[in-house]
Amino acid sequence: MKIMLVDDSRTIRNIEKNTLAQLGYTDTVEAGDGVEALSLISNSMPHLFLVDWNMPNMDGLTLVKNIRVKNQAVPIIMVTTEAEKARVVEAIKAGVNNYVVKPFTADTLGGKIKQTLEKVSVPA
Amino acid sequence: MDVKYINPFMSSIRNVFQTMLSLDVTFGKPGIKTDAHASHDVSGVIGLSGDVDGVVVSGPRLSAVRIASTFAGVNLSEVDDDFPDAIGGLANMISGNAKKDLGGLKVFISPPSVVVGASHQIKSTKIIPRLVIPRSTLAGSFVVEVGMRVVNRPAELLVATAAEAI
Repeated sequence: MKIMLVDDSRTIRNIEKNTLAQLGYTDTVEAGDGVEALSLISNSMPHLFLVDWNMPNMDGLTLVKNIRVKNQAVPIIMVTTEAEKARVVEAIKAGVNNYVVKPFTADTLGGKIKQTLEKVSVPA
Repeated sequence: MDVKYINPFMSSIRNVFQTMLSLDVTFGKPGIKTDAHASHDVSGVIGLSGDVDGVVVSGPRLSAVRIASTFAGVNLSEVDDDFPDAIGGLANMISGNAKKDLGGLKVFISPPSVVVGASHQIKSTKIIPRLVIPRSTLAGSFVVEVGMRVVNRPAELLVATAAEAI
């Protein structure tokens, strides 16, 4: 299963990558902003997205809306410092399946990934 | 700057360090800094906009390397590309986590900028004074400076302020 990590911080992408590896998911592709992510998925759509909100060039919310135009089913988890309820609602309306607030523990992120994949029945 | 807006930053610092670095944080006595300078070796700078106008400056000293390394999970030096990325990520997380508790203020944060250089100064054109929060961890000590000015007050805040005045 291919997972795309979209975050302008390489450190955060590495932390996410390590968490995914602990869960047995090692096939990851990385993007530093929404523009790069859209470019990468024009050839191949991953099976899961972890998307930051605040990024240069194209933010995560805009990216989610763009992904949903192309694909309604692929699961998307927003991983962000944006913790206000209104922002969570905004993200869900845009099409995210789950939401993780930074800072997060490996257990929290892993749990949300498992929960999301179970809901959408994506094969491991 | 209203001191009540500092508590969210102190809570956020503690939360971020405990969650992402497994480090307890001890706070020193906060103080007001009235000049527009920060003199540090490494600074993570986050812009705030919306109902507030201002900046948050995280100004770690030499311990920044150990803190960044702990955060990233690998040994970093000041010349590694990942070093400013880790400092910026921490500053971003602290600011983002604090803004949800800023009493109903609508706040947007900018992507972080990181400055590395011995005894540099961060100058602001309009936001002084800053509240300086010294903090220490097992990985080293450093400070967070918060300079923030409320420019738009939501209705509920105005009501609360009026009620306090009566």
